[in-house]
Amino acid sequence: MSLLEVSGLGHAFPGGHRAIAELSFTVDAGELVCVVGPSGCGKSTLLRAVAGLLPPTTGEVRLHGDPVREVPADLAVVFQDYSRSLFPWLSTRRNVEFPLRWRGLDRAERRERAAEALGRVGLADSGERFPWQLSGGMQQRAAIARALVCRPAVLLMDEPFASVDAQTRLELEDLLRHVQREQASTVLLVTHDIDESVYLADRVLVLSPSPASIVADLTVGLPADRDQITTRESPEFVALRGEIARLLRGSADVRSPR
Amino acid sequence: MEHRGEHGVNGLLLRSAVLVPALVTWELATRLAGSAFFPPPSEIAAAGARLWFSGPAGQGFLADTVYEDVLPSVVRVLAGWLIAVVLGVTAGIALGRSRVALDYVGPQLAFARAIPPPTLIPVFLVLFGIGTTMQVATIVFGALWPVLLNAVDGARSLDSVQEDTARSLRTPLAHRITMVVLPAALPKIFAGLRLSLSIAVLLMVVSELVGAANGIGYELIFAQRQFDFPVMWAWIALLGLLGYGLNTLLLAVERRVLRWQPSRAREAADVLA
Amino acid sequence: MAAVRSLAGLLAVLALWEAGTRIGLVDARFVPPPSVVLVRVAELLGQAAFLRDVIATVLAWAIALGIAVAIAVPAGLVLGSVRTVRIATRALVELLRPIPSVALIPLVILLVGGGPEAKITLAVYASIWPILYNTVYGLGEIDPLLTETARACGTPRLHIATSVALPSAAPFVVTGVRLSAAIALIVVVSTEFLAGASRGIGSAILQASSGAGRMDVVLAATLVAGAIGFAINEGLERLARRAFPWSTVASTA
Repeated sequence: MSLLEVSGLGHAFPGGHRAIAELSFTVDAGELVCVVGPSGCGKSTLLRAVAGLLPPTTGEVRLHGDPVREVPADLAVVFQDYSRSLFPWLSTRRNVEFPLRWRGLDRAERRERAAEALGRVGLADSGERFPWQLSGGMQQRAAIARALVCRPAVLLMDEPFASVDAQTRLELEDLLRHVQREQASTVLLVTHDIDESVYLADRVLVLSPSPASIVADLTVGLPADRDQITTRESPEFVALRGEIARLLRGSADVRSPR
Repeated sequence: MEHRGEHGVNGLLLRSAVLVPALVTWELATRLAGSAFFPPPSEIAAAGARLWFSGPAGQGFLADTVYEDVLPSVVRVLAGWLIAVVLGVTAGIALGRSRVALDYVGPQLAFARAIPPPTLIPVFLVLFGIGTTMQVATIVFGALWPVLLNAVDGARSLDSVQEDTARSLRTPLAHRITMVVLPAALPKIFAGLRLSLSIAVLLMVVSELVGAANGIGYELIFAQRQFDFPVMWAWIALLGLLGYGLNTLLLAVERRVLRWQPSRAREAADVLA
Repeated sequence: MAAVRSLAGLLAVLALWEAGTRIGLVDARFVPPPSVVLVRVAELLGQAAFLRDVIATVLAWAIALGIAVAIAVPAGLVLGSVRTVRIATRALVELLRPIPSVALIPLVILLVGGGPEAKITLAVYASIWPILYNTVYGLGEIDPLLTETARACGTPRLHIATSVALPSAAPFVVTGVRLSAAIALIVVVSTEFLAGASRGIGSAILQASSGAGRMDVVLAATLVAGAIGFAINEGLERLARRAFPWSTVASTA
C-alpha cells in the first residue's frame, strides 16, 4: 500500500470555477515527487486538498490508508511565502520550536530538537535572530526546519523556492535532496520550474492547464547522487526536460488551439 | 511614528528649545494680562508645591492631599482602565475570530461606543451610589470601546498565510489564540490602548466632578468654587502631567512588547547577508 | 444574511434587558425596561422642546467640528511637512493633549458664560488633537517610493504635493476628523450635562436626572445621543470609503 493515495480528486470553487479535474496518483514512502504545471493550473489547490486544508468537492486522499479530512498529524507543509509564514514575533528558534509546544516535550527537549533541525538546514547559529533579520533563503530554510522538527511522514511543499533568487534556489534544492535522503522522508513538491522538477524528483507528474489533470507520470532515471552542474548537463536530464516542456506546450495547445 | 532623531540628544535639545521659550512666553503673557483667571506659571508652580510637597518628612514631604486625593484618583484610573483592557481584549479577540458572532453584535457595539459616557453617570449613580464603584464603572464603560473595537480589527486581520501555517501545524485553539492571533493583533490593540487610556483619565475627572468625595477632579472643582485659580490650574497641570506620564509608560511597554517589529528594531540590529 | 443576524442580535439584547427588569435582576426604577424607554424615545422625538435641544446639540457640534478642522488641518500640514518643527513641537503637543477638556469646564464657563460658547470652545479644544495628530502622522506615512517615482517622472514640486502627498495623507486626515467628530459630540453633550446652562440633549438629561429622577427619560435621551453619534460615525465612514476606495488606512481608532 502506498503511503499517500489520491483518488478521483477534484475541486470546484463556489461560483463554478473548476480548479482540478479528477486526479489520481500515489506516492510511495521515501519518494520525492514533483508536480509541475503551468501557472494558475490548480497546483496549489491540489496541494491544499492533499494537505487537508481544503475539503475537495470530489474524490479523496488517503494517508497511511486513512482518509484525510483535516490536516493529518503526520504531515507538514512548507509554503512559498516564507516571510508571511514564519511568525515575526518569535525568534527563529522559537518559530522552529512552535509545533513542539503541544506535544508534551519539556523546554530542554524542545530546544534540543529545534537546534538539531536548524543544524540540519544549516542555520545552527541563527536561532536567536528574528525572521526579518534573515535573508530570504535563510527564512525558507527556517520554514523547512520547522516543518521537519516533528519528523513528519510526508512533507508537502508549495513552490517553496519560487521566491528566492536563482543561486539560493540551487542551494536550497540541494539542501532538500540531502535532507530528504538523510531522513528517508516522502516529499510532494509543487513547482512551475521544469528544470527544478527534474533535478529534484524521483517522479514527475505533469499537469495540464486549468482544470488540472495529469498529462504524464514520468520516472526520473537520474542517479541518486546529483550535482547542479554535471547532472544538468547530462543527456538524460536534457531529454527529460525537453519531454516535459513538450508535454506542457502540447497540452496548452490542446486547451487553447491557435 | 517614532523617528530616530527624536530619541537622541538632538531631539532633547530641540524639544527644550521649544518648551523653554513657550514657558517664558506664557509667564510674560499672563503677567502682562494680569487676569485673575490666568495666573502666571510661577504662581501655579508655587501653589502646586504648597499643595503637594508641604508634608512632613516621614511622608516623603508629600502632603496629605497626595494620599487622599491623588492616589485614589490614580488607583481609579488604573483599575478602570485595566478592567477595560482585559474585557476588551478577550471579548474583542473572541468576536474577531467569529464572523457570525460579530454579525450579531457588531452594530450594537458601534452604537454603545457612541453613547457619551458622562450621560450614563446618572444611571451609574443610582445603581452604585457615590464612590469608587460608580467611578470605576464609568471609566470602564468609556474606556472599553477603543480596546474592544481595535482588538476585533486586529484579530480579523490575521495574515492568510499565517493562518494556513497555524492550521497546517494543527495548532490547538489555546495556542492559536495566545501565540498567533494575539501577537498578530497586538499592534492594533496598542493603538486602541492609548486612546483608551486618555478616555480613562478624562472619565476619572468627570466622574469625580459629579460623584465623589475626594480625588483630583473633586479638588479641582472645589478650588474653582473657592475662586482659588492658582490651585485650580495646579490641579489641571497635574492632570496633564498624569496623562503624559501614563502615556509615556504605555509607550515604553509597547516598545518592549513590540520590539520584534522590523520598523522598530532596524536601527538596533544588523541584517545578515 | 449579516443584516438578519444584526437584527437578531439587537432583539436578543432588548429581550434580555426586558427580562432582566421584569424578574427583578435590575431595579426597574433605576434601569427601566426597553418597553418603557423606547416608548419614551418616541415621545421625546415628538416634543418640540426636545427637538430644539437636539438641534442645539447638533448645531454646536457642527460648529465646533468646523472650527477644529479649520485650525487643525492647516496647522497639521505645516507642522507635518517640516521635520524639525514636528519633532520640536511634539513634546508640547504631548503635554497639552492629555489635559481633559472637561477639567476646563468651570473655567471656560467663568470666562465665556454658560451659553453655547462654552461647549463649543471646549469641543474645539478637545477635537483639535486627533485631527492635528492624524494629519501630521498622515504626512509622515507617505511612501517615499511614491514621491521618488513622481520626481523621477519630472513632476514639479508643488504638483507632487497636490497629486501625491495630499491624496496619500487624506485618508489619515479623514480618520482624524471622524475621531474628532465623535469626541466633539461627547464633549458637547457632557458640557451640557455638567454645566447645564445651555439647551441641549445633555441639559435635558440633567433635568431629568435631578430631583425625583426620571430615569426613563434619562435613558431615552441617552439613546438618542448615542443614535446621533452612531449615525455621524457611520456616515463619515461610508463617505471615507467612497472617497478613498483604494485606501488601506485602519478604520478603527
